[in-house]
Amino acid sequence: MELLGHYNYWVVIVLMMTGFYVVIARGNLVKKIVGLNIFQTSVFLFYISMGKIIGGTPPILIEGAPETVYSNPLPHVLILTAIVVGVATTALGLSFVVRIREAYGTIEDDEIQAAEEEQ
Amino acid sequence: MVTALAIVRLRNLFAVVMLSGIYSLLMAVIFTILDAVDVAFTEAAVGAGISTVLMLGTLALTTEKETTPAHTPLLPLVVVVVTGAILVYATFEMPLFGDPSAPIHHHVAPRYITQSGQEIGVPNIVTSVLASYRGYDTLGEVAVIFTAGIGVLLVLSGRTLSKKGAASAVAETEAASDEGHHET
Amino acid sequence: MKHDLIPRVVSKLLIPFILLFGLYVQFHGDYGPGGGFQAGVIFAAAFILYALVFGLESARRMLPPSFVSVLIAVGLMIFSGVGFLSLAVDANYLDYNVLGHDPVHGQHRGIFWVELGVGITVSAVMVTIFYMFAGRGRN
Repeated sequence: MELLGHYNYWVVIVLMMTGFYVVIARGNLVKKIVGLNIFQTSVFLFYISMGKIIGGTPPILIEGAPETVYSNPLPHVLILTAIVVGVATTALGLSFVVRIREAYGTIEDDEIQAAEEEQ
Repeated sequence: MVTALAIVRLRNLFAVVMLSGIYSLLMAVIFTILDAVDVAFTEAAVGAGISTVLMLGTLALTTEKETTPAHTPLLPLVVVVVTGAILVYATFEMPLFGDPSAPIHHHVAPRYITQSGQEIGVPNIVTSVLASYRGYDTLGEVAVIFTAGIGVLLVLSGRTLSKKGAASAVAETEAASDEGHHET
Repeated sequence: MKHDLIPRVVSKLLIPFILLFGLYVQFHGDYGPGGGFQAGVIFAAAFILYALVFGLESARRMLPPSFVSVLIAVGLMIFSGVGFLSLAVDANYLDYNVLGHDPVHGQHRGIFWVELGVGITVSAVMVTIFYMFAGRGRN
């Protein structure tokens, strides 16, 4: 039964490794940024799944029922901040991709490296 | 998970961007099932909305296809599998999913849940923690978004350069720095 | 031009509702899911929809990029301003308890203004980034 209790972590690890693989194995810059996004959302899933209590409800106080079990609100706050920071990073990264494309004419990092060595 | 794997394999970048939008929406659904309604709201709005629009904009300004890699990526695959195995080994010590007696629920969270009603009087505990108990973090976060906006403004505000324009601009700056070196 | 008709009509119907929903999410963040970030993103999504359907030029006329750039800073200043307001009454920075006649009211006011500042900055930044991306390569 111990194994089944941990399956949420394994899902997270599979997603994280997929994102990691995309970042390091694919040369296209836009795909790398998409892989980074996959990595980020897997970390969010990790936190949120740790905060969940089976039988709990979303952490919004219900009037007149002081004994309800609420899921932990603290990871929600951290992840909210992290999501918005993630989109800021993605936007900035994409703007850099656009500039690189204009400077080198390509967004594959092998070709960019070859162009750098020629200069 | 299937969408993530499909993102890895596909070459057409437009399809990749669409799939990442679907991936964000699926993540939002999973977050809702896990009782994280604020997070699901934000993830759906941000991931499936803004991120997709920005990536489509980037694709419109760059190419649409990914070139086939010249060599099969064996080393990254090995690195990824080894890291995954180490992480799986580490998870055997973690608390079970949804366990109310996990350490995460014991230190600060019970205080927020029980005291938030009287101290702040706002039903949504996530908002009260975000804006009041942890207001400094939110200030820093707004500063981060502010910086990202300013950064995009700075990076993308020059006029569009074509390839020849970029080459001549690079040559100009190199010539200017050479002259600077000669003078000093 | 005929196949442009359906997006135009549907957007004209939808965009006011999207803006209204954004306002609802912003100010009801206390009672349900929502708050500043979600509302800011929804506002920005409404403007982006307008720009996509009706053209970048008319969107630029409606919301000039210079005005939006000013809004980015205004939101952040509202947020820190609330903190300074607490400093002015001799309490800690960002301590909302002193902003009203009793702590609960003070917290309500503080959270209201803080979320407003967050929403303004987030929506302005998203719209700015969209303007930057969409306006590139056309000059």
